[in-house]
Amino acid sequence: MKTILEIENLAVHFPINIGTVRAVEDVSLTLKQGEVMGLVGESGCGKSTLGFSILRLLRPPGRIVKGKMLYHGRDIVQMSEREILSLRGRKIAMIFQDPLTSLNPLFRIDQQFMETLFTHEKRLSKTAAFRRAETMLESLGISPERLLEYPHQLSGGMRQRIMIGMGLILNPDLLIADEPTTSLDVIVEAQFLDLLNELRKKFNLTIILITHNLGNVAQLADRITVMYGGTLVEVGQANAIFDNPLHPYTRGLLSSIPNIKLDQPKLVTMPGSPPDLVNPPPGCVFHPRCPRAMEVCRVERPGVYKCDGRLVSCWLYG
Amino acid sequence: MRYSPAAGIAKAITGFTGLGKKYGLEWWILVIGACIILAILFMALFASSIAPFSPHDQNTGLQLAPPGGDHLMGTDNLQRDVWSRIIHGSRTILRVAVLAAIISSVIGITLGLISGFSGGFFDRISSLIMDSVYSFPGLILAIAFAAMLGPGVINITLAVSVIYIPTYFRLVRGQTLAIKEELYVEAAKAIGASGFTILWKYIFPNVIATTVVVFTLNVADAIMIEAALTYLGLGLPPSIVDWGMDLSMGKKFLPSGQWWLITFPGAMISLLALGFTMLGEGLAEILNPRLLER
Amino acid sequence: MVFILLSIVFVVLRVMPGDPVSSMLGGHAPEKVIEQKKQELGLNRSLPIQYLDYLWQICRLDLGDSMVFKQRVTKAIAEKLPATIELTICGIFITIFLGVFLGAYAADKRRMLQDYAIRLYGIVVYCIPVYWMGLMLQLIFGIWLDILPIAGRTGPRVFASTFEKTGLYVLDTILVRDFSALGDVLLHLILPAFTLGLVLSGIFVRLTRANMLDVLKADYITAAEARGIRHKKIVYKHALKNAVIPILTMMGLQIALLMAGAVLTETTFSWPGMGRLLLERIYLRDYPTIQGVIIIITLVVATASLIVDIIYAIVDPRVRY
Repeated sequence: MKTILEIENLAVHFPINIGTVRAVEDVSLTLKQGEVMGLVGESGCGKSTLGFSILRLLRPPGRIVKGKMLYHGRDIVQMSEREILSLRGRKIAMIFQDPLTSLNPLFRIDQQFMETLFTHEKRLSKTAAFRRAETMLESLGISPERLLEYPHQLSGGMRQRIMIGMGLILNPDLLIADEPTTSLDVIVEAQFLDLLNELRKKFNLTIILITHNLGNVAQLADRITVMYGGTLVEVGQANAIFDNPLHPYTRGLLSSIPNIKLDQPKLVTMPGSPPDLVNPPPGCVFHPRCPRAMEVCRVERPGVYKCDGRLVSCWLYG
Repeated sequence: MRYSPAAGIAKAITGFTGLGKKYGLEWWILVIGACIILAILFMALFASSIAPFSPHDQNTGLQLAPPGGDHLMGTDNLQRDVWSRIIHGSRTILRVAVLAAIISSVIGITLGLISGFSGGFFDRISSLIMDSVYSFPGLILAIAFAAMLGPGVINITLAVSVIYIPTYFRLVRGQTLAIKEELYVEAAKAIGASGFTILWKYIFPNVIATTVVVFTLNVADAIMIEAALTYLGLGLPPSIVDWGMDLSMGKKFLPSGQWWLITFPGAMISLLALGFTMLGEGLAEILNPRLLER
Repeated sequence: MVFILLSIVFVVLRVMPGDPVSSMLGGHAPEKVIEQKKQELGLNRSLPIQYLDYLWQICRLDLGDSMVFKQRVTKAIAEKLPATIELTICGIFITIFLGVFLGAYAADKRRMLQDYAIRLYGIVVYCIPVYWMGLMLQLIFGIWLDILPIAGRTGPRVFASTFEKTGLYVLDTILVRDFSALGDVLLHLILPAFTLGLVLSGIFVRLTRANMLDVLKADYITAAEARGIRHKKIVYKHALKNAVIPILTMMGLQIALLMAGAVLTETTFSWPGMGRLLLERIYLRDYPTIQGVIIIITLVVATASLIVDIIYAIVDPRVRY
């Protein structure tokens, strides 16, 4: 499979008045065409920041301070304003968590679709654009009459599907989905994931699924990247990681999922709290909470090691 | 929660000085505003000593002289020194504006407290009247009052003060309504505190902080209205030195290019109003986190 | 609320010191003549009856007769009202355009020099008295540079009677296709409208900026960015449209300020509108006219609020459906 995106040693910092928040620190990732990569971790681990960085959507004061992101060979970090604008929506698209607030309440659905189309295909006629919007809605299972309505008139599930539609209308190679199901109820969530799968196959999409919900990931992802405290923890095939998590954090994460079949008197949690990203602990970011921390973990940051066909950032495997 | 009016005032002041470490834009705005006010206040208090001529002196020998020489800001058509008139004019405008603001605030706050606290018919009627007056153009109301009352410092002060009563009323009433529902007021009632005690010890102190800000902005507005009224020829007899009146007199000489007659009085009005506005805005920004405690 | 205001006007004008009739008759008229006049004007009837009569008159838009001139108050006002309306509308346009676009620009350039400069402008401009602004503009553009007229609605060679129909000269000159007159009328509108508009723009600058800052944080803005829409379009189309809605409601409250400003502007520019009429009649103690003008102003302010509500419903689809 071809590699479409290669992230090398990316670092994203947010300089604020009390210090610099190291939201993403030295993360490297490879994405192959057609796969679904689940990007998981707890809140504040940097996964969303990473997702936003890919399209350079970071809000100031956030800045990419180091690293490269090679898309089909060209470095996104170095791209000009014009190049990035043509990339966004057309080659790489992003959808967000809350579909109600992600759609401009003052514009009709068709207007919002057509604007996206006209931005990238300037010679398009109004009728052609409208027809493409109609076709997209049909493939999403929504009646085309809805095009003439305003976002607040649609249900939550419909809005989320429209979000996907707007992301995919120009047939991008890559879709970044930032916590797309967090605001949906369980049934709608399941439908959404099915739809995503269908669309993936139909359009040969590559998807980065950013989520803290391991269930979604289990259902959909081919590979998983686990992040913690802004750093990469473990990357590998989804099944392999679920069967046998290598990194102590991943292990803790998976065992904290409540299991309806087991008789658990207490839920399993990990002691301690997420790291302070302004003053991260020295050495391995996870060491204060790690049940298997060693001397070296407190002092030096682990590199990324290959083990079992996976990548792990832990001294245990170094 | 405060239990004494003194503490309430102290709260407003500590909010003011306690954030000294953050020397942001708001702080500077406040400082500049305060400096402007102090400078003009100084001018007003020591007018007779500072002014080189008497503002009524019509024998300086130079008629309609441009700025220069003995006359920093030139002279008017009656040979009076403009700079001296500016200095003395500051007294009039400050007196009227501050006094009007005090009258407004006392009446407005009292009515607001009573209305908000007692509720019922009185509250409904007062609110209706206050809201109506509030939505009406203030200046026109002031013009009407000034015209009816006739010229005089007292009259113009009254005319100006009437306009702002609704502002204080609405502000204080709103806060009173909110505080009234708080548990500690319930508790006080439960142990038998009288209505007056509750008003004075609980509600009033909490209301002070916002009121101070509104007061400064009120003075700024009052300055503008006073000047507007005298510019229109209502409110003060020509024997009193006033910036607005000087503007209206100087207006006649505009076509012949004697710019100093209008530039300086107008600039002073703007400056003084700006001083109070900056003070108020700066205060509002700084006290804001405290106010949001509510 | 209109009702309350009208009632207050009634009370205030009756309660104020000074007897209108004696001043009208010159102050030294004999008792009998005063009584007779009072009876004529209906001023010796009981207050409640006068009140009801007053309300009834307003409903019929009959504002009585001027005490000083031989004319109906309604007619006197009708002659001057269009001038004030024209000035006020132009003022509104300038205020909104200046205020909204400067505010949006400041929000876009947040924390940069332009932002601070515009915020300073917002505070300072409101403190400048309208009439002083007018006088200074007259000085600079009318006297020193001599490129704009400083008084009246038309120049010496243009005769309003040739096109006057609605009283709104911009409209009238277009209707009769007298474009040179149109040019003249517009020239005369520039300085007064700018005077009025500039001073109030400060409020809108700050409001727009504050709303824009909030809107720019919204998800749909990020989503639009993610679709590759250009930055300018995002700020001035997507964000601004959302930000101005709450500002529209503020517009209603600003009408009052605009009317006050109009009075001052009219005096400064010799603009033949209601403001000048009001002042004129105050000097002459023409109480019916004074009362009439204040009533009309009240009605205008109330109508403006209503119009603002309607505009709000048109612009925000969430209110409609």
